[in-house]
Amino acid sequence: MVMEIIIAAFLVIGGVFGLVGNYGLIKLDHPMARLHAPTKATTLGVGGVLIASMIYSFAFEAEGSLHELLITLFLFITAPITANFISKAYLHRHAHEETLPEPNGDTNWAVLERPEWSPEPEKTQEG
Amino acid sequence: MIISYALDFAFICFGLGLLLTLYRVIFAPGVGDRVLALDTMVINTIAILALQGMQQGTEIFFEAAMVVAMLGFVGTVAYARFMLRGNIIE
Repeated sequence: MVMEIIIAAFLVIGGVFGLVGNYGLIKLDHPMARLHAPTKATTLGVGGVLIASMIYSFAFEAEGSLHELLITLFLFITAPITANFISKAYLHRHAHEETLPEPNGDTNWAVLERPEWSPEPEKTQEG
Repeated sequence: MIISYALDFAFICFGLGLLLTLYRVIFAPGVGDRVLALDTMVINTIAILALQGMQQGTEIFFEAAMVVAMLGFVGTVAYARFMLRGNIIE
């Protein structure tokens, strides 16, 4: 009974966080703020569901499994990378030199730097 | 007993989340938001697959969730790279 309550609590926590994260994707009004909401759905929402699944397998099935830890770990590793990629793409498309604050140190924003050598623009080959 | 109710609740939450992300994919203010919404959609799918595996008591859905997670990551990186460079493999 105690196990059932723990599993149910993890499921409910995961579901609520998933819903809040997805609602934030609609609700927040700045693109960079919108980047913030789905990370909650990733880490806490899916994490809660997978932890519940793990406890369930240990409590009620013949042999417990730790497989779910793999997915959790994979999501924990990849979520910041995708968020970084998307925010960099956003900066690349929308930010201008005047609107960005001055960075610390002697380097400029990596997005704004132009490479010294750039290849010749390829000729399009259209039949 | 209590677990089945909690499972139903979580199914409803993530299903609603999928609908919200679908709305965001269709009516997105920019390309970046569309990619972000697709990434969130993949995450919702993983959660629903995990819940389905728990409800039916099988391990089959675990592999599906793993594959979906990996393909979602690669897809998002490819989309972001396309937004950055206009090209994926240079």
